[in-house]
Amino acid sequence: MAVKVLIPTPLRQFAGKSDTIELEARTVGEALGGLTSKFGELRKHLYTDDGRIRSFVNVYLNDEDIRYLEKEKTPTKDGDTITIVPSIAGGMIL
Amino acid sequence: MAHNLYLSEVLADRIRAHGGETYPHECCGGLLGMDGEIAREVRGLFPLVNRREDSPRNRFSITPEDFRNAERAARAAGLDLIGWYHSHPDHPALPSEYDREHAWPWYSYIIVSIAQGEAQAMVSWRLSDNRVRFEPETITMGMKPNEKVAPRENR
Repeated sequence: MAVKVLIPTPLRQFAGKSDTIELEARTVGEALGGLTSKFGELRKHLYTDDGRIRSFVNVYLNDEDIRYLEKEKTPTKDGDTITIVPSIAGGMIL
Repeated sequence: MAHNLYLSEVLADRIRAHGGETYPHECCGGLLGMDGEIAREVRGLFPLVNRREDSPRNRFSITPEDFRNAERAARAAGLDLIGWYHSHPDHPALPSEYDREHAWPWYSYIIVSIAQGEAQAMVSWRLSDNRVRFEPETITMGMKPNEKVAPRENR
């Protein structure tokens, strides 16, 4: 099943400068796995060293946050769109 | 790689003023502008509310919804969302380890130090592509000369 993954601007440089990547995947996890297999440099920006999606990386399946679905096991169907949306955070040391 | 960011005095003053208004809490907002081959330029700001209610004196947080609103505002103005600004109340304008861990590559991160409510130093940083460190970005006060504008290929 072909799904589209929309790449946010800061990560396009690691995805062949593309804003959209089309992949075959049955779940959101498969799609992200396929994406990081194809573009290895994306991995460290999306996942922690122990393989979990970083807390400030938000993944939406057709505008629904996958945290409220079945997370990475959320099934996908033909024509679905997966969007990676950054959360921005920071602050000083205290 | 040397990074260069053009920022007008008017917009710099607006960032400083925002930091003063929210003092002793951190302020935050989006940087709308244009990225070019030689330098990038801030053309507008998108001030946001610091969503980090439990610890606003030393943390800021921008939700995905705020992010999308900032992106829409940039697109509507024919610009890109090129980075973010925030303040460090009573603390130097140096990026922290916490800043680095939560940063994204490519974006410009402006930090303004606010001491006792008064704006001090303003600096800009970019995360290195391997996430290991922040690289300083030179802020040039003023408008970017037109001849240096080179639109990005993947915009």
